[in-house]
Amino acid sequence: MMRFSVFTYAAIGFVALAAGAIVLPDWAMFLFAMALAKGLVCLGIVGMMRGGVVSFGQGLYYCLGAYTATLAANFLGVSDIFLLTLLSAAVCLLVGLIFGPLLSSYRGIFFAMLSLALSMVLYGSLSKMSFIGGTDGLNIGAPTFLGWAPEGRPLQTALYLYVVTIVVISGALMRVYFDSEQGLITQATRDNELRVEYLGASVRTVMAYNYAFGALLGGIGGTIAVLALGHVDPEFAFWTTSGEFVFVAILAGYLSVPAVFFAAIILELVRSFSSLYFPNTWQLSLGIFLLIVIVTLPSGLGSLVSRRKGQNT
Amino acid sequence: MDLVATILVDGLIYAGWLFIVSVGLTLVFGVLNILNIAHGSLYAIGAYASASLVGVYFAAGGDAFPYGSYAALILAAVLVAVILGPLLERGLLRYFYGRDEVLNVLVTYAVFLILEDVMKLIWGVNPYFVYEPYTLLGTVEMGSLFYVGYDFAVIAAAIIVGLAVWLTLNRTQIGKVVLAVIHDAEISQTMGVNVKRIYLGAFMSGAFLAALGGALTAPMISVTPGLGVNVIIVAFAVVIIGGLGSVPGAAIGALMVGISRAASVHLLPEAELFIIYFVMAIVLVFRPEGLFAKTQARKI
Amino acid sequence: MSNGLLEVRDVQKTFGAVTAAKDISVSVPQGSIYSLIGSNGAGKTTFVNMVTGYIKPDAGTINFGGRNIAGLPPRQITRLGIHRSFQIAQLCNELTVEENMLVAGAIHGRTRPSFLRRSDDAQARERAMATLERFNIAEHRNRLIPELSGGVKKLLDIAMAMAGETQIMLLDEPTSGVAADEKFPIMDLVIDALRDEGVTVIFVEHDMDIVNRYSERVLAFYDGQIIADDTPDVVLSDTEVQRYVTGAPA
Repeated sequence: MMRFSVFTYAAIGFVALAAGAIVLPDWAMFLFAMALAKGLVCLGIVGMMRGGVVSFGQGLYYCLGAYTATLAANFLGVSDIFLLTLLSAAVCLLVGLIFGPLLSSYRGIFFAMLSLALSMVLYGSLSKMSFIGGTDGLNIGAPTFLGWAPEGRPLQTALYLYVVTIVVISGALMRVYFDSEQGLITQATRDNELRVEYLGASVRTVMAYNYAFGALLGGIGGTIAVLALGHVDPEFAFWTTSGEFVFVAILAGYLSVPAVFFAAIILELVRSFSSLYFPNTWQLSLGIFLLIVIVTLPSGLGSLVSRRKGQNT
Repeated sequence: MDLVATILVDGLIYAGWLFIVSVGLTLVFGVLNILNIAHGSLYAIGAYASASLVGVYFAAGGDAFPYGSYAALILAAVLVAVILGPLLERGLLRYFYGRDEVLNVLVTYAVFLILEDVMKLIWGVNPYFVYEPYTLLGTVEMGSLFYVGYDFAVIAAAIIVGLAVWLTLNRTQIGKVVLAVIHDAEISQTMGVNVKRIYLGAFMSGAFLAALGGALTAPMISVTPGLGVNVIIVAFAVVIIGGLGSVPGAAIGALMVGISRAASVHLLPEAELFIIYFVMAIVLVFRPEGLFAKTQARKI
Repeated sequence: MSNGLLEVRDVQKTFGAVTAAKDISVSVPQGSIYSLIGSNGAGKTTFVNMVTGYIKPDAGTINFGGRNIAGLPPRQITRLGIHRSFQIAQLCNELTVEENMLVAGAIHGRTRPSFLRRSDDAQARERAMATLERFNIAEHRNRLIPELSGGVKKLLDIAMAMAGETQIMLLDEPTSGVAADEKFPIMDLVIDALRDEGVTVIFVEHDMDIVNRYSERVLAFYDGQIIADDTPDVVLSDTEVQRYVTGAPA
């Protein structure tokens, strides 16, 4: 079989997603934009999963990114979407670079719970800070695009195309990373840390890199989400929010990048349809759906399309 | 001086409550190797069940002997353990033994989501109040401060629970078998231990303790949806501090969290939630597996 | 007398009440082949673990290339050129044989591992294949680890350790878990490959025929101490060694 380059796939993905700007009705475009923004956060978790750890606290960066953008917009008067994204990404990357090395020696349940604890600290702190809205949170105005200030459907379309562009670029870069030498070392780490250390590489460095990438992606996802919603509150960092991100990551598995965004869209669809049709039992539907996924697709959706090498040769 | 005493007493009350909830969580993890998020749901269901049972008790003329409502509280916890314990353990969790522990957290998260809605279906979304058991024991005067007697009953309950769990594990035949299963389930199985029964028993005990925590809390609060969400996160912090699977660890963890939280409430209320995780982070920096966890070097 | 490539001086290690190393001193010259013998618990693996950084000695020095490496973490010791294999081969079970080799290649490439360069580009694969061929396991390149025989696993374990600039190779029981008729062929292959590269070899072994045939010098361990350090024929005919280690006259 011919091997297409990652750029070919990225171009196909971009065209397919961008077509949504024309065909999707308003409500669906909003839903897709939110799903893709959350998908970015989940892509960060998938990056960590490839190294064998799962963060139950990605809400930390989702929330931090969203608040950074909101505060920059409200107090510094920044409205340009590119600038807001850069700013949040930088803040989250910085925080990720501080916590990454600290968390990098923990594994399994300890890594999961410590990352969760960090996000709950942010949640608790934000809830008590009444000068930035406390539990009510803050509103953010519509973004501008290099001076252009659209409204209504054009604004929604621009925002959607913006998230599509970022998703395609991040997805392509993560794929390149997964296939790279560092990416392979990450996979080896998941498998056998002792071997990696005895080959002369630092497992903690591998973990810290993946954590920092997760922070960066989480921040970008949070920024886009708050711009789409127009509002942020401490719930962005609550553990159930992080739990949903983990759910998407598990649903997607760690083999395929598009599967992450596909899974994020599925979750958003399941959520909005069940809250529409079963307003009182949508958590129940979600829980059952989650159990079905865990039982039937132990390696995630991605395992349906990318089979591991070596099994049939 | 008063402040120190207040912090200590408040801390002890909170620690007592926290210990009852956490010891069940750590017991289930120790035996089944599953960190059970649904423990929070069992807590909430315990609270609802006791609110209902106590309500029924007084509606059926329990005013004649109000102390009977305490039996109703405990009966509620027993019912939760007997009904939901086997349902969850035999019906679901046993299929996940030996799987990745993080994946298992997600399995119990799914159960948590399901139970959240099940509770709403059964008990609705309106709050339940059962204040009678809370006021029955009167108040206790300490210096210039007044405490509700019931609060001290919670501490007493925590001590009884702690002793009961410790004595069962360390002084009885069944306890020795449980410790053997915790140490190595496979070897215990080959030695003729009915591991299945131990797993079920441990999970039911854990469920009972979660529900008991909720049942004892119900008279102190208004029982509303979302009760379990916060409990589980604090209980996680306690068992991680103490070392997963360690009963004395849960006691020390509960005391540390209880007293530091009380100190924060009185001295720096903004940091109430922060302080719990701060304590946890500090402990983990020095003892990466928690205070009482046994670390094993891997043989290569 | 400090002309050895590896100079171990007065190294001590206790685990609780057990003394795993008592005043261990050895000088291993460059290019030599040493074997370590002794019953289980005599201190052979502890010796290997201390030299390669898995265990930190309580006291003493381990000099390599003019530097005390005692207490350094494994990855730094590996980077200096001391590599090891394991009693139970340490491989990545979810990866194929070739991918395992590519991991080793990525870590020991000419540049630092890249975030952009494909791990399986033509150059990397060529390098990996060359090593696999040297160890005669290239035919298994597309198989996953759990499908392999004990002997192939051992060879891959050693091949991965050889991806770097190896100066000293410590082999922890290279023939354990290997079928009886494969032991000599595997040792032939490994010792040849290591000798070609001028690598100094230290191997732990229970089979005295292998010790006799492949090592130039033998260290006999008993109760955390080295009770003999000489050529194989001298050590194996030593009465103390016969009593405590080999069990019977050789």
